[in-house]
This record gives sequence, C-alpha cells and structure tokens, in this order.
Amino acid sequence: MQQRQNFDISLRELKLQLLHMGGDVQESIRKAIEALKIGDMVMAGQVVHDDIHINQQEHEIENLCIRLIATQQPVATDLRKIVAGMQIATDLERMGDNAVDIAKTVTRLQGQTLIKPLVDIPQMATIVDTMISNALNAYVENSLDLAEDLAIQDDEVDHLYRRMMEELFSIGKDRPDVAHQAMSLAFIGRYLERIGDHATNVGEGVIFIITGKRSDLN
Amino acid sequence: MSQPISVHNLKAWYGTQLTLKSVDMELPASQVTAIIGPSGCGKSTFIRCLNRLHETLPGARVEGDVHLGTQDLYKVDPVDVRRMIGMVFQKPNPFPTLSIFDNIALGLRLGGVHNRGQLREAVERSLQMAALWGEVKDRLSEPATSLSGGQQQRLCIARAIAVQPEVLLMDEPASALDPVSTLRVEELVEQLKDTYTIVIVTHNMQQAARVADETAFFLNGEVVEFADTTTIFTNPTDKRTEDYITGRFG
Repeated sequence: MQQRQNFDISLRELKLQLLHMGGDVQESIRKAIEALKIGDMVMAGQVVHDDIHINQQEHEIENLCIRLIATQQPVATDLRKIVAGMQIATDLERMGDNAVDIAKTVTRLQGQTLIKPLVDIPQMATIVDTMISNALNAYVENSLDLAEDLAIQDDEVDHLYRRMMEELFSIGKDRPDVAHQAMSLAFIGRYLERIGDHATNVGEGVIFIITGKRSDLN
Repeated sequence: MSQPISVHNLKAWYGTQLTLKSVDMELPASQVTAIIGPSGCGKSTFIRCLNRLHETLPGARVEGDVHLGTQDLYKVDPVDVRRMIGMVFQKPNPFPTLSIFDNIALGLRLGGVHNRGQLREAVERSLQMAALWGEVKDRLSEPATSLSGGQQQRLCIARAIAVQPEVLLMDEPASALDPVSTLRVEELVEQLKDTYTIVIVTHNMQQAARVADETAFFLNGEVVEFADTTTIFTNPTDKRTEDYITGRFG
C-alpha cells in the first residue's frame, strides 16, 4: 500500500510551483528581449512590474519547503528534492532579477536606434530560454542527460558572450559617441550569460536530487 | 576501554522459524550503532543474541560467532556475558521493591562488592554518568518507582553501567518517554559512547539520525544496508532502505 500520500501530494505541488515559476521567468526574459528588439519601453516596464509576482512565488515555494521539513521530517531523496527545490526557486528568482536588469537597461536606452543589428543577444536569449526549459524538464523527468547537457549549452552562451564583448569593445573604441550604448548592450549580454549560469545551477540541483552527489556544470 | 563487536554468520531461530539469516556485522568500539527496520525484521532478536538473552527463550536457538574484541562470547559463561554487555529495555524496569540506591547497588553486590564505601562511590559514579545524580542525590533511599518515567529509564541506564560493562545495548530506550525525557536519554547516549560500545534499536528514524554514528537497516532477518548514519539518511544505496526511511513502507 502506498503510504505518505499527503506528503507525496505536497512534493508534486512543489514541482508544479517550480514549473509555474520557471514559466513566468521565461516569459519575463522573452519580453525583456522583445522590448529591446522593438524599443518598447512600456513592455520593459511591464517586466519590471511583474517581477513582484516572481518574488512572491519564490517565497511561497520556500514556505512550502519549510513546512514540509518541519512537519514531514524528510530524509534521503525526499530531503534532497526539498533542499534542491529551495535552491532552484532561488536561481529562478535571480533569473527574474536579470530579466528586470535587461528591461531597465532597455528603458535607459529610451528607444535609441541601435548601433548594430542584434545578432548575438537574440541568439543567447534563445539558448538560455532552451536551457531553462531543459533544466525544468530535467527536474520534472529526473533526467541526468538533460541536466548534464546544460554544461554544453552554457559553453555556447559563454562563447557568444565573449564574441559579443569583443565586437562591442571594438565599436566603442572607434566611436566614443556610442560607447554608452555599447556598454548597455554588453551589460545585457552579461545578464543573459548570468541567466545561463543560473540554469546550470538548476541542473546541478537536479543531479543532486537524482544521485546525491555534487556537480559543477559551469 | 570499550571494544568492538564482530558478528559472523549469525543465525537465530524461534522454534523452526529462522528469524536472523546469516548476519555479518562489525560494530565499532566507542561508537553508537543504530539498528532500524520494520517490526518483526529481527533487530531485537539481533541485539538479544549479542548478550545471549535470545537463547534463554524456550525453543530459541543461535548459530554463528559473536566476538567482543578477541573473546568468543558463545564460549563464555552467559552470566559473565551479561555483565560485560549491559542492556536497557523499552519500558523502564527498576526493581519495584528496591530503593534508588539498591537498584544500582544490586548488580555490584551480586558481583561480590559489599564494602559500603565502594558501593556508595559506584552508585554515585553511575548516577552521575546517567545524568541523574543531581535529581536523586537527596532521595537515594526512596523507592525507584517514585521517579518519573524518564528518570526511571536513566536509573536503568545507571544500573546497567554500574557493573562497568564494555557494551550497552538499548532496545527502543526512549519509546515510552515524553519528548524532553527522550532528548535527555539521547544526550546521555552521546556522552556515554566515549566509554561504551553502544547498540540502539529504534523505530524513531530521527532518533537514529541524531544519535548514531553508524546505522544498519534490517529487513526479514537480513542486513540490507549498514553504513555511516549520514549516508543512510541522505543517500542510501539500497532502494528498500530508501523506501523504509522515507516512510514508503514499514
């Protein structure tokens, strides 16, 4: 007979809440990048405004985890699921903050014509979006492969970031009048690169849940 | 100095029923080893084989080796074995007609100690070690049954250590106690482990996690997993251990 049904229901609830939060974070990042592409400051403002909901979700997940630790005395895989769940919520919240950072940078650009066509940033955004999906799927499906593949995707993001920085540095050196915008775009690249790092942290959390061992995907 | 216990190919029967199926374990000296497992898995039978209590039951039988250090316990007089290996049971069982003092002194008297000064010294030392001296020093002549349940259990621990055994077996020693008394017994176990090899049977997973250095999971008379307590409770190797400690069965 299956025992601890209420506990198992709560663990499923934790999973659902993390998935929901992850979906909201992805949506914020997509919106922030779209706002950059079309210079839409209203959309950027919306990302900043919506961050409060992401923060609330982090608190709700923490509260659920604290309640489960206090009332269910979890051990072994159950304990790792809960501890890793709290860490994943923290990483998702940081990704949400990075989306806000991107949106605020878009607001500061005030709809300026961009000094170069956006190539690397959308590409990085696409990869980190996939990374978040993969990290969450790895969590849902207990997939070591999906979690470990995040390291490869993170390398791609890092590579694009370095390439973008070199290009922006070169533009800024030749045209001091656009140095400010070049720096802003570099920051956006940096925020995306950080989001990729947080996604790898989620993957490390998944590996910890499955194997009980610590890993470094970054 | 406490000594390790080595168990090899230990089998135990109740009549024709095989209750322990070839158990091999090395219980380290000066450490607490917890035995966990569902009811009927053989954990109490196991510790009762260590001090040769099992064989006292009608129809019960034991095979295999149990060594305390280099000494083969099944080649020693059972009375001597029980002096070397003290035991504390689930329910506090002080001798109801004896005083607090005499409960502790009885084992020593049976061992030939009759000098009043020596007895007083041993009783005080045992009660100090059992963290009970401060509470009973002014009422040593009162009946042991005048103590609370938690105090009675610590009295039983004091009684067990009065004869200076090398091993202390505890069969669910706190299961009949309130949370505060339970924590006092657990603290006591932590203090006593420097002096004794301690084996504790418990149904309380958190208690095993709190007090034990090593934990063994028994199932159907076999040791499924025996490892350091942190490993057992954070990342057990065997799925049956995981299912048991997470409450999925048992």
